[in-house]
Amino acid sequence: MTQASILLDGLPIPFVAGQTIMDAATAAGIFIPHLCHHPDFKPQGSCKLCTVKANGRHVSACFTPARDGMEVENNTPDLNDKRRTLLQMLFVEGNHFCPSCEKSGNCMLQALAYELEMLSPHFDQFYPDRPVDASHPEVLLDFNRCILCELCVRASRDVDGKSVFALSGRGIGKHLIVNAESGRLADTNFSWADKAAQVCPVGVILRKRVGFAVPIGKRRYDVEPIGMQVERMAARSAGEEGMDGD
Amino acid sequence: MRLREAMVTEECFDARRLDDLLLPVLERHAREPGQLVQILREAQERIGYLPAPLLTAIARALKLPRAQVEGVAGFYSFFHLTPPGRYRVLFSDNITDRMLGSAEMLDRLCNRLWIERGKVSEDGLVSVDTTSCTGLCDQGPALLVNGRALTRMSAERIDRIAELIRAQLPLADWPPEYFRVDDNIRRRDSLLSVDWPAGEALQAAIARGAEAMLAEMKRSNLRGRGGAGFTTAIKWESARRAPCHGESGVRYVVCNADEGEPGTFKDRVLLSSYADLLFDGMTIAGFTIGAARGLLYLRGEYAWLLPALREKLERRRRDGLLGTALCGQPGLDFEIDIHLGAGAYVCGEETALLESLEGRRGIPRIRPPFPVSAGYRGQPTVVNNVETLCKAALIACRGGAWFAGLGTKQSTGSKLLSISGDVETPGIYEYPFGVSVEQVLRDCGAGNAQAVQVGGPSGICLAMHEFSRSIAFEDVPTAGAFMVFGAHRDMFEVARNFAHFFRHESCGFCTPCRVGTSLVADCMDKIARGLGTQYEINQVFKIHRLLHAASHCGLGQAACNPLFDTLQKFRPAYERRLCSLDFEPAFDLDQALAAARQMTGRDDPAAHFGLAARLPGVAS
Amino acid sequence: MATEMRVESAAVAGNRKLRLATASLAGCFGCHMSFLDIDERLFALVERVDFDRSPLTDIKHCGPCDIGLIEGGICNAENVHVLREFRSHCKVLIAIGACAINGGLPAQRNHLDLGQCLQEVYLTAPDVVSGQIPNDPELPLPLDKVHPIHEIVRVDYVIPGCPPSGDAIWKFLTDLLDGRTPRLGHPMLHFD
Repeated sequence: MTQASILLDGLPIPFVAGQTIMDAATAAGIFIPHLCHHPDFKPQGSCKLCTVKANGRHVSACFTPARDGMEVENNTPDLNDKRRTLLQMLFVEGNHFCPSCEKSGNCMLQALAYELEMLSPHFDQFYPDRPVDASHPEVLLDFNRCILCELCVRASRDVDGKSVFALSGRGIGKHLIVNAESGRLADTNFSWADKAAQVCPVGVILRKRVGFAVPIGKRRYDVEPIGMQVERMAARSAGEEGMDGD
Repeated sequence: MRLREAMVTEECFDARRLDDLLLPVLERHAREPGQLVQILREAQERIGYLPAPLLTAIARALKLPRAQVEGVAGFYSFFHLTPPGRYRVLFSDNITDRMLGSAEMLDRLCNRLWIERGKVSEDGLVSVDTTSCTGLCDQGPALLVNGRALTRMSAERIDRIAELIRAQLPLADWPPEYFRVDDNIRRRDSLLSVDWPAGEALQAAIARGAEAMLAEMKRSNLRGRGGAGFTTAIKWESARRAPCHGESGVRYVVCNADEGEPGTFKDRVLLSSYADLLFDGMTIAGFTIGAARGLLYLRGEYAWLLPALREKLERRRRDGLLGTALCGQPGLDFEIDIHLGAGAYVCGEETALLESLEGRRGIPRIRPPFPVSAGYRGQPTVVNNVETLCKAALIACRGGAWFAGLGTKQSTGSKLLSISGDVETPGIYEYPFGVSVEQVLRDCGAGNAQAVQVGGPSGICLAMHEFSRSIAFEDVPTAGAFMVFGAHRDMFEVARNFAHFFRHESCGFCTPCRVGTSLVADCMDKIARGLGTQYEINQVFKIHRLLHAASHCGLGQAACNPLFDTLQKFRPAYERRLCSLDFEPAFDLDQALAAARQMTGRDDPAAHFGLAARLPGVAS
Repeated sequence: MATEMRVESAAVAGNRKLRLATASLAGCFGCHMSFLDIDERLFALVERVDFDRSPLTDIKHCGPCDIGLIEGGICNAENVHVLREFRSHCKVLIAIGACAINGGLPAQRNHLDLGQCLQEVYLTAPDVVSGQIPNDPELPLPLDKVHPIHEIVRVDYVIPGCPPSGDAIWKFLTDLLDGRTPRLGHPMLHFD
């Protein structure tokens, strides 16, 4: 029996039942841009960076199941152009001032902007007023950089069992809130040891008093573009599997 | 809805007092977390708004994270985390209300009351703002005061209302004619021409049997009247076949009465005057798919219909048409609950509606799974529009073949159109599918129409050269809205109104819709201020393409349709507003210096941007 | 526009030297310092371009130019005038650095009220004695908000970075001068 596969940009990519397009691509070392997706969590499909064309229809790769023979377009000028526009939307929606951000160089939003050669935010800046929450002894929340990916929401609810974070508001007024009547992180049971503290793809959840330990220019995505890292990780896990087989 | 005259003031928010107020609400809903939206609504009705300690108390009682409760409260337009006025006035902001002068009346009321739009008066007495279409387009301008609908506003009525509010007269003592809502049924066809006694359709269905009823549905080829046009029999059959989940799993019938598409009001009329036919339809659906529970999701804007609907349900219970052993058939049980929305257009999307029914933020779900296999509480669920269920009741009475003989081959039966705008006789018109737009325009007395928006903002804008097209799924599909624009109307302003509607109603889940609807609304405002250029036109097209391709649900995908259509068909309406330069800032530069001028007391030429200051290099 | 016509006719003249103008608006001159970091390649550059208005020439007003480089965002009335002068005189306008592109550091004041800022700094701060908000007509008035330059005029290209490296600037300019669409790949494309 031949293994089921999708045709990703013309390349046959095998998958096993239950895998999404994103799962199959990642396992094969092919990068599909994404922000709200994280392999440890159930797909959410809100950032829409992973929009691909499957059998001619635009779908989110992170939650669309792979089907045998499915033809998927991923790395095309049209899709990358759309993704660039989505990034620009996220950049103008918040206040993303990279030079002052401790996450610069380790930030997925920034790394994707590099990957997709987004040079400017293009649209008019919204400059929203989003005060930071410095109440917690260990952690600073800088809402200016929130891209509403809900990874912290999911991690705190599904892994930590705390539900420290949630979203409130609607539309362009949607925003991250914490689980306290005061609205302050200090009044929640959040801790730096939580999974939720580790998953922020941008610079919202930051540890206090630890900064710039690795200098700008030597950080994760300074060293290697985000798209290449998937390739390398897939190659490494394939290598490990190969060794297991020996 | 009661007037909150005896509104609880801040100092009353000690824990005991809160618990006293909250307890009956919690008990009524058995502390069921899935009832959160209903609990919030009823708690707010008692207290006036949803203060932070109240949310904490509700969270504790329902054993939910507080942040989740706050998140739900923060999602819906009709929930208030800060106190609104004791008289909360909301003007319907659909374009048809605007065309009838609603904006001027809003200003007039604000002037009379000495308040600013969107702000609460200092004494906490009154707040005045706009809300999305309230479904009274044929008798506008319309407004809601504390949830009660008022129609046919005029300058005189506005002045009188200002007096009534200042005198703090309870709504019950306001002139009753202000609250008069007419059906305005102008053309009757297969549905509206018959007086259907309660239970007749249900009895007919029972006589046929579930299997045969489904066969009649198939024969009828009835398609969903909510706009998408999915074949109803396929939905019913799928839900009937889908296994329930878990030991206590049961199937559900959900009626989508979240009639939020601006310009649509036919469900309001069906709910007012044909509620028994609808309840028959819901019960028939339950009987056919094997569901014993129905849920009616009524949009928050129609909360004023609730007492009459509840009364109807009570009468059905007395008449053996609701509850257990319906029509004397042992084992045939059906219950109907009414859930109220709280001001969120997106909940008209069936999976967002299910989320809302389950007490969460109205965010459309990832599909598949579809509701027919995993809907309300994860169980097989049929979600049908009000009109669809009424039609199903008709089919039970008259049979599928009769129904299939009406309309066109692909669009069987009749369609209720909600006609408003520049016509002599706005109201409800029932036609067999296939009727031409021209015919409709003639019948409603639209003398000089330049455009018709069919299906609301997310539908299609037809220009004069398309009036020969027909209302049918295979040509111009519609959920029922039919807004007519006379030759004197500015189609740019129509599109701008719709752009603002989508910005307000985007749920904010996905990036393209959340940010894109905001960006296009800003573009339209910039063009309206005379600062637009070809650049903004290009932006609108670019964002349209992105939203169409990448949005999570139909709301985002359709959000730029009215702009796209009007740019195609009424481009001069845009072009005459463009300034000739290739780019201009979106904001007024001279105004941006106002704060500094005020602080420095300067008024010299260099403290202003004028035409002369624009190009100093060229000028010198 | 008349100025553009002049530039156009000059450009078709052939292999002539191009004119380049630079200015720093609400910025820190860091991008200009980085520009100087192209070091000895400056000699190669002046073979191919003449400098018009720039801190390097001390020319006060921009004449007809092929390329304009703008560092910094727009925080006051003078910035607007200079930017508009550049736009009307430069065939190609380039935003260089974070401040020109998204407002940068100066835009961090955007969530504050300008009136309150001026009041606090000049009138109510503890160390102010009989203070006065400066009102000399010579001084440009601040705008209520800081804006990136693309919100005021059309911008053709951007060079991100705070500042972009000398190498990035060199790569960008040589691409442009050689007729290639400028591209900054990894690691020259960065926002910090």
